[in-house]
Amino acid sequence: MVTPVTSLGRSGLYDWFVQRASAVILLAYFLFVGWTLVCGVDYEAWDALFSQTWMRVFSLLALVSLCAHAWVGLWAVFTDYLTERMLGAAGNALRLLAEAVSAIIMFTYFVWGIQILWGL
Amino acid sequence: MLQVSIYRYNPETDAEPYMQDVQVDTGGKDLMVLDVMELIKAEDATVVYRRSCREGVCGSDGVNMNGINGLACVTPLSKAVRKNKLVLRPLPGLPVIRDLVVDMSLFYAQYEKVQPYLQNHTPAPAIERLQTPEEREKLDGLYECILCACCSTACPSFWWNPERFIGPAGLLQAYRFLADTRDTATEERLARLDDPFSVFRCHGIQNCVNVCPKGLNPTRAIGHIRSMLLSRAT
Repeated sequence: MVTPVTSLGRSGLYDWFVQRASAVILLAYFLFVGWTLVCGVDYEAWDALFSQTWMRVFSLLALVSLCAHAWVGLWAVFTDYLTERMLGAAGNALRLLAEAVSAIIMFTYFVWGIQILWGL
Repeated sequence: MLQVSIYRYNPETDAEPYMQDVQVDTGGKDLMVLDVMELIKAEDATVVYRRSCREGVCGSDGVNMNGINGLACVTPLSKAVRKNKLVLRPLPGLPVIRDLVVDMSLFYAQYEKVQPYLQNHTPAPAIERLQTPEEREKLDGLYECILCACCSTACPSFWWNPERFIGPAGLLQAYRFLADTRDTATEERLARLDDPFSVFRCHGIQNCVNVCPKGLNPTRAIGHIRSMLLSRAT
């Protein structure tokens, strides 16, 4: 069979592993952020938290995880529903378009996230 | 009188499939769905379906009964019928040849892919390759599959990618040979399953477990395959 060039790692096991690992990182990050918010935080404390390198690294890790997680998930949805079998010949073009739009959105959020975290 | 709605399609005479309503006198008995189909066929011989052993061994009469796949011969009306109505359709996702008969080529092609036979290139012993009772026990819950296709045709991942996702029936058999201590092709078998579709299109929704007439658990077998792939690659 032809290995898809648009899947994240071109291996089912790799994509599966990335999706699970990124899910754990995202859970840890959002639990931490949620816990911080529940405990009560003002602007100074929030600013101080995000000026520390470890928090920026943790946030960037979560952002990378979000992009990878979203790509694996969306790729599975696109290759299920936007296909020649489901939509005829237009399916292949639509799938490529959907993948391209998703990739651009994710890349934009990633770069924008770095700008926000490091205050560039 | 039981209200039965049955899927009809004869490609030689019908432009498209339609549902035919039939009244069946069950005599108040809790018949099997196959018995009802036989009663319908006695009245209208043009109704077509597959059947053979009529006792859940051959796997020929897999059909969709009130939305749930199963073997018509071992499904009693008391289990299938809702509000005195029984809707009979062919197994979903496969091309219909006629009425309740589907073309199983895609299903068999996926089964063939997992090379469902013992492979061992070491010299054969004089009598037979022996297993301990514990080794043999690993095959329980795997070898009993009768390839009725109820599971794979209940699986959305198989509906959307029947050429690339092996499906629960094929994967159960893939694990049956991965788990067999007499088989020495484990490495080659795993290498063929590593792509994004063959195994990993399974998202674990367990429709297969829900419909298997033999009470088998393909989702668990797929989990074992994943674990074998993971321990080989980390």
